[in-house]
Amino acid sequence: MDTKKKVRGADMENTNEMIIEFDSRSCNESFARVTVAAFCTQLNPTLEEMTDIKTAVSEAITNAIVHGYEGEIHKIRIECRIRDNEMEVGIIDRGRGIENVKKAMEPLFTTKPEQDRSGMGFAFMEAFMDEVTVDSAPGQGTQVWMKKRISNKNTLFE
Amino acid sequence: MLKKGNCLMVAVPGELDHHTAEPIRRAVDKRLEEGVVRNVVFDFRNTTFMDSSGIGMLMGRYRLLRYMGGTVTAIHVSDRLLRIMQLSGIHKFIEISQETVWTQKRK
Repeated sequence: MDTKKKVRGADMENTNEMIIEFDSRSCNESFARVTVAAFCTQLNPTLEEMTDIKTAVSEAITNAIVHGYEGEIHKIRIECRIRDNEMEVGIIDRGRGIENVKKAMEPLFTTKPEQDRSGMGFAFMEAFMDEVTVDSAPGQGTQVWMKKRISNKNTLFE
Repeated sequence: MLKKGNCLMVAVPGELDHHTAEPIRRAVDKRLEEGVVRNVVFDFRNTTFMDSSGIGMLMGRYRLLRYMGGTVTAIHVSDRLLRIMQLSGIHKFIEISQETVWTQKRK
């Protein structure tokens, strides 16, 4: 039977998607990273892979709250996609954006040293995920897209 | 938080992120302002999660104490937390102990 192709890869058999949006309050950091990790459990990840994802997501959300919105309360959006044994997560804010993405991603670089920011956020994301892409411009907000392949192929879809 | 002589023991919560690091930072800094405290010991026995905000908090306390001739120590650090501390390079500045029973070294 000929079925019409749906938008954005939703036509693929082994995909799953989850989107959440929440206030940029620091008390939501824990809930958000746990939600992403819970969504990822269907790929049967190891505890270490789960913690890697939690850490990376936590870094991106902290960035959105501290730098993107600078403490103001707006919405942060997380888009999660699973394709086969790969997990893709996007953390999206509509904050002030980043002027120099390359510089921002350098380890130990921070614009807020007085607030005890370590400047290790992006370095941790890159250390714990397989792929990190940052799409940002001043006034345009920031999108951080990260991919991680989960080694265990014993998924629910099998 | 427990003070023994000039040593301040801080029980770190289960998850140390931007949200939970802030109150710890404020509480520790208040004690530092009062003086007397020279060594701050962070006890990670209950901590299963830490991100770069935790590193920032430790590094900031290290900077403050360095000027007073004090030290920062992290004890009961799990393998995962140790890896994060090593990735950030903070292990070069603070003493990290994985021993189950930690005893303060006399200087």
